[in-house]
Amino acid sequence: MSDFRVVTDIIEKCAIIRSEGYINNLGGEQIADQCYKLIDKGYRCFVLNLGKSKVVNSIGISILIELIERILEAEGKLAFSNLTPTVAKTFRIMGLLQYAETFSEESTAVSALSER
Amino acid sequence: MTGNILKEIILTVPMLPDMELAVSKTVDALSEFIRFKPDQVDEIKHAIIEAFVNASEHSRSTDQKIYLTFRVYRNKLSIQVTDKGIGFDPESVEEPRIEQKLFKNTRKRGWGLTLIKNFMDSVSIHSGPQGTTITMAKYAASNHQKEAVNE
Repeated sequence: MSDFRVVTDIIEKCAIIRSEGYINNLGGEQIADQCYKLIDKGYRCFVLNLGKSKVVNSIGISILIELIERILEAEGKLAFSNLTPTVAKTFRIMGLLQYAETFSEESTAVSALSER
Repeated sequence: MTGNILKEIILTVPMLPDMELAVSKTVDALSEFIRFKPDQVDEIKHAIIEAFVNASEHSRSTDQKIYLTFRVYRNKLSIQVTDKGIGFDPESVEEPRIEQKLFKNTRKRGWGLTLIKNFMDSVSIHSGPQGTTITMAKYAASNHQKEAVNE
């Protein structure tokens, strides 16, 4: 089994979820579950820093589509940061970037979402 | 013209969790023969991952194995991913759209073939009751011709 972990941080009322490792179905679920818990706690601003997840599969990313639904239903905001070119292309092909911006750096993403 | 096969690697791999990661690393070893750019290597690896996951998820093969053949040409890498499952009709696979999945009581999955076709320069699919073979290729040259063939 690949090693995968998710770390959560809070900066300026924005929840930062940093993943490390292969985002397959299990990885996608771990990311989503962390976010759902934070939504239940009242957080509405999310930055997913996937800089240490250089390999993804479409099943894992399709779980993030469900996450986008929940965040939009809660009138929240989502951004991705530190995506590799291939992961960014994957997200673009799957349409996720119609609903979430991407930033090269986490700090830029946090600043952008915090201002809105 | 792609010419003669310079290298050929044949793998038989069990359908085990995350085995697609190990298989995709074969591309790292082969890419030095064709001098792909790093982003091209990454796209090839992701295409292999999607093909492997598709076979694992959908083939219902009784032998639970996936057969891969990597062929290195002068300026092209060709990869065949085969399972001995029940097959499917490629023509019946709809192109997914996120607008049709968001806020709909429908499965969010179904992106594998779309990603493979976007990452690779040519893709062909042969499928029947004896199994499925996806053949995909990536060209090292920047002005390649992109083909998408479904048979």
